Amino acid sequence: MSFAAEEITEELPPPGRSALGQLLRDPMGMTGAILVITFIILAIFAPLLAPYDPIHIDVRHKFQPPNLAHWAGTDQLGRDMLSRLIWGARVALGISMTATGIAGVLGLLLGLVAGFGPRWLDAVLVLFFDSFSSLPMIMFALAVITVLGPGIPTLILVIVLVSVPGYGRLIRAQTLALKGADYIQAERTIGASSARIILRHLLPNVVGPLVILLSMDIPVVIMLEAGLSYLNLGVGPPTPSWGNILYDGYTSLRSAPYMVIAAGIPLVLCTLGFTFLGEGLRDALDPKLKLRAAR
Amino acid sequence: MLGYAIKRIALALLILVVVMLGMFAMVFVIPGDPASIALGPRATPELKALLIQRMGLDQPLLSQIWHFFRAAATGDLGIDVWSKRPVLDVILEVFPQTLLLGVVSLGWAVVLGIALGCLAVIWRDTFIDRLLGVLSVSMISVPSFVIALYSLLIFAVWLGWLPAIGAGQKGDWASQARALILPSFAIGVTWIGYIARLVRASMLEVMGANHIRTARAFGLPETVVVLKYALRIAIVPTIAIVAIGAGSILSSAVFVETVFSRPGIGTLITGAVEKRNYPVVMGTVLFMTAFYLVVVTAADLLIARLDPRVRDVLRG
Repeated sequence: MSFAAEEITEELPPPGRSALGQLLRDPMGMTGAILVITFIILAIFAPLLAPYDPIHIDVRHKFQPPNLAHWAGTDQLGRDMLSRLIWGARVALGISMTATGIAGVLGLLLGLVAGFGPRWLDAVLVLFFDSFSSLPMIMFALAVITVLGPGIPTLILVIVLVSVPGYGRLIRAQTLALKGADYIQAERTIGASSARIILRHLLPNVVGPLVILLSMDIPVVIMLEAGLSYLNLGVGPPTPSWGNILYDGYTSLRSAPYMVIAAGIPLVLCTLGFTFLGEGLRDALDPKLKLRAAR
Repeated sequence: MLGYAIKRIALALLILVVVMLGMFAMVFVIPGDPASIALGPRATPELKALLIQRMGLDQPLLSQIWHFFRAAATGDLGIDVWSKRPVLDVILEVFPQTLLLGVVSLGWAVVLGIALGCLAVIWRDTFIDRLLGVLSVSMISVPSFVIALYSLLIFAVWLGWLPAIGAGQKGDWASQARALILPSFAIGVTWIGYIARLVRASMLEVMGANHIRTARAFGLPETVVVLKYALRIAIVPTIAIVAIGAGSILSSAVFVETVFSRPGIGTLITGAVEKRNYPVVMGTVLFMTAFYLVVVTAADLLIARLDPRVRDVLRG
């Protein structure tokens, strides 16, 4: 939310045919793609892949270290850690993709309005974008949670609100840059409507950078979800989230250290995977950076 | 320069006013009224009426906004519902701890980040450069509270080298310094990655400049060219990202302080959110936003002073 927006300010070409090949040839992008696909599969097929019911309590078998029956051990209530971690992927990806998706669409709309609409509306929206991004993200999130109470809908709302300004700014900058382009001026001279210019020319050109920014923001959002759930202000028990599993592990850090270790691994691999993929995508789609790397 | 400074400060003040209005508006979107929320299940009608009167909620809207702004401007952020102390006092008591943590984390991250960035430029397009690149990205993407938990487990629980909780004994510098090591490590790691990448990228841009070519033509060794001539210019974007990063450091601090049970803004506000201690949450948010705006504005002014080109760019 904070930095990716600063990095992508250049106008990017639409995804070329070789972009995918480019991405797969880059070892970092390839690693990212494999990790992300793995987690998406885990999230979609969690009910089939998880060996146990993630919320089934079995107190007689609590705090079992990793063994053949429970590969990642069991937690303080005897629930199977591996199953909880697999379901945690569904929670993490579900929340982060829904929220960034909504934020992306809203940012696109507001950015287009700001860039294409009347001057005064642009000024109001820019002030709104600036004010929102001036709030330290975590402070804003905690304020909203205090008002609305913790839970998944609040979490999604918080993520949408803190993400929209960044996307809106990006789209606005892109729109302003394109608006002055010769071919758009020409189109307007011929008498094309604003709707046609937006749909035929602006939209295809601004979506690419937005997708890169979204993919780079997903790890940040996953971290935020896990962090807030760790603080017991996000996804509440018994729903498994990597964050609240880490918290369970923290409370029994001395007696059952394997819990924290096991819960940290998917979180780290997932954020790493999305970051690598985002980097790979940017390198593949942005010839300016490629040029720099080749120098 | 003066004109730019005035404009920049005015913008910061305008943003602060918008943020305050937004926070004020939030009080009205709460399901139920703030007085019942602050009192919780203990609320009796008499208590509620008293609190509503004390919070000024029975006043007309415009007068409420006026009072809110006037009070905030004089540093009156309300009264902590639980301890009955002024919110500002509660905040100022723990703020130095968070500030210290943030500065120490950033301090060693800047030193290491710049060093790694320079190494990557000196050995650019070699295996080491690529390795440092992957390492930087990895450091950026690992959540700080996972690093905090893992380092807590390894260095405090298993090895017993460093304290697991708290901020050290009052007045004992050595114990306070020891208590800072793990938390500042957890927060700093991300920043090493960011700064290393940024320094590398902005230095590579500088490397094509005329004065670098001249320095090379005079036969100066590459290390001298990088460290003496390129780094000076490449340092400007680092200041920018460090300032913007003040907000993100605060995020990490909230989580890391909780992991290490360290007194600070993070433990203060998470505790307040849990208890729905409304004045403390809002006061802390406002205080930290103001602080953040001061940092960002100061950094902008500093950058404009260092690099006159920026003044023109930011004017738009």
